[in-house]
Amino acid sequence: MPLPTRMLIKTALVYLMLALLLGILLTLGVPNGFFPVYIHLLVFGWLTQLIFGVVYWMFPKYSNQHPRGWEALSWITYAALNIGLILRAIAEPLQTSHASNLFGTLLVLSAILQWLAGVAFIANTWQRVKEK
Amino acid sequence: MPRLSVWFVRCSLIHLFLGLTFGGLILANKGIPFAPWTWSLLPAHMEFLLLGWVVQLAMGVAFWILPRFRSSPSRGNVNYVRGALFLLNAGIVMVAIQPLIGANWLSLTGRILETSAILLFIMTSWRRVKPLEV
Repeated sequence: MPLPTRMLIKTALVYLMLALLLGILLTLGVPNGFFPVYIHLLVFGWLTQLIFGVVYWMFPKYSNQHPRGWEALSWITYAALNIGLILRAIAEPLQTSHASNLFGTLLVLSAILQWLAGVAFIANTWQRVKEK
Repeated sequence: MPRLSVWFVRCSLIHLFLGLTFGGLILANKGIPFAPWTWSLLPAHMEFLLLGWVVQLAMGVAFWILPRFRSSPSRGNVNYVRGALFLLNAGIVMVAIQPLIGANWLSLTGRILETSAILLFIMTSWRRVKPLEV
């Protein structure tokens, strides 16, 4: 299993744990500003990141020289996804309860990073999706 | 990877792109409001990512890697799966655009098409969930 896959899957497992812990806190009455964070920790941090890791590992080879495409793109995906998601987890509840330019700007940055993670993943994966 | 899986997976990547773009716009607008209409993209954001990305990717990969039959067609009725691909994507697009253009019948029709797609896919895949030697 290549290193980017290991990092993606292990980080996904951490998000799964964090999401479930946040689910407990939501049940105990943590304010609603955390609900979108809970959903995105599960769907993006856990599910999508897990898929990204497995696809990078298992999909058909891009070429003999670069069997998994461009490794740099997988690291851009990893960094952008996780920095973007962490920024969101911090800034979104704060923007809901104490709206400010700083938290608003952090949310925009988070949106750009999460989008960039997806684009980098798609760019690296598209050419590996091919008929045998 | 068989041709139909290529179609499923590439369609799922397109849906991932659209879903993330819509989600990014919604989140950015939450940070610095610039276009209130971005909230109308929320149903499309969810539809593209849950069904268009996750479910469609799973269908494409399942069609590729589930155990095959010894007799031809080795992956089951290809026409059913081709139909599932078409119905699923048509359904997702109908459900996604409904809030933008307001025709209520689109949502219901889209959901029926999505359900029909899954039914066709299950009809083909059910018997492929088996021990390798069968």
